[in-house]
Amino acid sequence: MRSDMSLPWWAWAAMGVGLVAFAAMVGVTIRRNRGIHRSLFASPYTLWMIIFTVVPVILIGYYAFTDANGAFTLDNFKNFWDSNFNANKSILAAGEAVGQDYSAYITRGTVNVDTLVYSLWMAFLCTVICLLLGYPAALIMADRKMKLGPTLVVLFIIPMWMNFLLRTIAWMSLLEDSGLINTFLKWLGFEGVQLMYNSEAVLLGMVYNFLPFMVFPIYTALSKMDFRLSEAAADLGCNSWQTLYKVTMPLSIPGIVSGITMVFMPSVTTFFIPRVLGGGNTMMFGDLIEAKFLTEGNWNVGSALSLIMMLLILVSLSILRKADPNGEGGGIA
Amino acid sequence: MKLRKIALLIVVTLCALLLAGCGSDKPADEPAVTDVPAVTEETAMPEATTVPAQTGKVVNVYNWEDYIDPAVITLFEQEYGIKVNYMCFTTVEDMIVQVEANPGAFDVCFPSDYIIERMIAGNMLREINFENVPNAAQTIPYLQNPAYDPENKYSVPYMWGTVGILYNKTMIPDPVQSWSILWDTQYQKQVFMLDSIRDSMGVTLKYLGYDLNTTNVPELMAAKEKLIEQKKSGVVKAYQVDETKDKMVAGEAALAVMWSGDAMYAIDLNENLDYFVPAEGSNVWVDGAVIPATAKNPENAELFINFLCRPEIARMNCEYICYSTPNQGAIDLMGEEYTANHVQNPDQAVLDKCQFFHDISPDFLPVYEAMWMEVKNTK
Repeated sequence: MRSDMSLPWWAWAAMGVGLVAFAAMVGVTIRRNRGIHRSLFASPYTLWMIIFTVVPVILIGYYAFTDANGAFTLDNFKNFWDSNFNANKSILAAGEAVGQDYSAYITRGTVNVDTLVYSLWMAFLCTVICLLLGYPAALIMADRKMKLGPTLVVLFIIPMWMNFLLRTIAWMSLLEDSGLINTFLKWLGFEGVQLMYNSEAVLLGMVYNFLPFMVFPIYTALSKMDFRLSEAAADLGCNSWQTLYKVTMPLSIPGIVSGITMVFMPSVTTFFIPRVLGGGNTMMFGDLIEAKFLTEGNWNVGSALSLIMMLLILVSLSILRKADPNGEGGGIA
Repeated sequence: MKLRKIALLIVVTLCALLLAGCGSDKPADEPAVTDVPAVTEETAMPEATTVPAQTGKVVNVYNWEDYIDPAVITLFEQEYGIKVNYMCFTTVEDMIVQVEANPGAFDVCFPSDYIIERMIAGNMLREINFENVPNAAQTIPYLQNPAYDPENKYSVPYMWGTVGILYNKTMIPDPVQSWSILWDTQYQKQVFMLDSIRDSMGVTLKYLGYDLNTTNVPELMAAKEKLIEQKKSGVVKAYQVDETKDKMVAGEAALAVMWSGDAMYAIDLNENLDYFVPAEGSNVWVDGAVIPATAKNPENAELFINFLCRPEIARMNCEYICYSTPNQGAIDLMGEEYTANHVQNPDQAVLDKCQFFHDISPDFLPVYEAMWMEVKNTK
């Protein structure tokens, strides 16, 4: 357990230098423009970003590349590949202490890699399902001829008034053995089914929580669209499927890309949902990182895992960017 | 021109302020009350908002969430005219960090056995002057000179309990009184395990007949394999901690590994539940009252501890918290109501097979952690 989390002098110095550089930058801007320029008004936001984004990322980098004593090391990344890395050292040492060879107990731990692969798979599934469910919903919402649209928008927004933790917990009372769904099934005379404590329940929770992040960007893209274009397509002989496929879809790509981004990112980093709806039977990468920080108190390995996850997200976002080169959907990478 | 200078001045001042804010990482001498872990809504205690006065009679108490009858504090304040600054923690790891970071902030703390052991080893505790705590003599013989404080110099037991199995009598009328029931494949998806490294490994080690605190690698490997076998066989419904007691009350599973106090809570709400400590033995734990070495009001702390050991007061706390009391006087006051309760008052024969947790050294802890991760990762 690490109780002393104070930073070395040079980390403070680096932050100081950063702030002075920021001040200098602001100063230069003022000087160059001979007076206060409009960009000065952006400086509070730049400062905010430095304090709450840049500095934390630097800290994660610092912890990822150092050991508990603050010395440079790559062991944290070896820990990612071999989750037994630290344990194996202790096992060998314990063997030496009792004069026995414990090398038979040394195995490569695949926990971290397995969990990452599982998280990516779950995030992929969640994104695909959200897209399949969300696109038609967005179409209906954006369709001016349908009276249902505005109602649907409100219905999607209302649950977001409540915190997602509470909504996830509420799913428990629906899914559990003595929950509403099973009570209803039994009342109809069917056998009860175990709906909770498995991967499917986790996926359900993820889709439920992240669906609005898919629907709203697509809805925005669609409602910006000039509906006369689809009328023109119909006039020129497209049936409604062809209109959807050849006109509406391509025009909504920025929304789709944005939606995929907004769903995929929180999906990969999901935690808490596997614990509540999955009953801790399966771990996602977010749970793993949480365990490293909170249960094991190992900030260094936890930071290395976070860094790897951030890199992965960055890579997948840059791939996604190729689908929407103009960045109209507000993609982040 | 003027405007430019003013703007520069503002920016520089802001930066200076910010730097000053960042630089003050030294723990202030006064208690950092804001650092105390957030209190959840359910707590009965108000979060301490007042900084204790340096003069005047105060005692700064740092206890688990929801772990005292609130009336006891009022009674103490009325009787002695000493103001009680009551603060709460949720995990004992938090507590030890706070005590280290804020010297002098706390006069009485309530760590668990292995933390008491760690604090004694780290010279963090002050010897209690037992002349000022005559009521400590009420402690039952079983918990006098316990393994974590062998000379009984630093701590007075406050509450104690066991780890055992909570089960639903309607689903299992007559369970085998052994840990092996958790591996019985006829109870598919009927077992709640604890999502806690030491507890789950400990239960398995006891089942296999090993020491609860073993650092013997082959024994631990056997325990890990046993836990993986259990998960693969499909008896485990979930690994969780806080949710379990309410799920058991709702009848979601037949068996759960559980602390005795939580078991009492569940049994109170659902009469179909019962609890036993398996015959192989288990973990027994104690939360003790201690005085940190840096305490500023040790005499008041001793008065407070002595007050808690007064039989009527110990009884109030016992009935409020539902754990077992170490206080013989309180047991006598409660009489049969307590002694006939096998959850709160387990058989001595069972207790003889139970063990306290000892701290696993930080060098060896990665072995436990990696094994538990492998269990959790099993599909």
